[in-house]
Amino acid sequence: MIADCDKCEELLQPYLDRELSDAEKAEAEVHLSGCDYCRRRYRFEENLRRYVRQAVEEPMPPELKQRLADLRIAL
Amino acid sequence: MSEPGAEARRIATDARDRVRFEEDALALADQVYRVARHLVGSREEAEDLMQEAYARAFRSWRSFEPGTNLRAWLLRILTNLNIDRGRRLQRTPDMQPLEAGDYYLVDRLEESGGPIREEERVDERLSQDNIVQALSAVPHDFRDVVVLVDIGDFTYQDAAQILDIPIGTVMSRLHRGRRILKQQLAEEAMSG
Repeated sequence: MIADCDKCEELLQPYLDRELSDAEKAEAEVHLSGCDYCRRRYRFEENLRRYVRQAVEEPMPPELKQRLADLRIAL
Repeated sequence: MSEPGAEARRIATDARDRVRFEEDALALADQVYRVARHLVGSREEAEDLMQEAYARAFRSWRSFEPGTNLRAWLLRILTNLNIDRGRRLQRTPDMQPLEAGDYYLVDRLEESGGPIREEERVDERLSQDNIVQALSAVPHDFRDVVVLVDIGDFTYQDAAQILDIPIGTVMSRLHRGRRILKQQLAEEAMSG
């Protein structure tokens, strides 16, 4: 069993990466079901990963795409 | 001895394969750029790097093995060029003393703005600018892996091949890089 929130914190990344064994995952979930503190942090981390992906999105300038296509013709 | 007709067919097949390769590579340019943009510090650098990488890719298209991951192949060229150009010399030191744990960011946000609600949106506490600034402050070796896996959606195996490092190193840098990112985010959020 997970003894405390420190251990649950250690499992956060591998849990969201789906890298825990079934037993470890079950341990984490038992702790999460009874610990509001950790549950809110897991949820936040999940949302954060999604938000990071969206926040740094910067579309490629259309003129760059044209320059890349021109490289193909020039070679 | 091959007949003239066979030679003509070979040339035609070669040309067709080359055009197909070029089209496939160009179709992936948006996705490659999305990663490239955050491997370097500015849009201008990313654009230069993209052009160098695509010029090299078009020249060496025969070394791409059809059926393998073209996006990873293009990014391997791009990251090699990035290293060759010495941009890594500008990096901040790799080692940071005792980066905080995975709960650090939430702990700091709660201290300054009250408890995080379970259904709360992240953008209620962190701006897009906070994210961009914090990511750019993560040292290169860690940032490369975070960008490839968390933004580029590459597998650990692909990231290992692109960066030419062992998969275990990808995993440890990713784990640490995410923590450093959250530490930087906490600093960004607190200073802003």
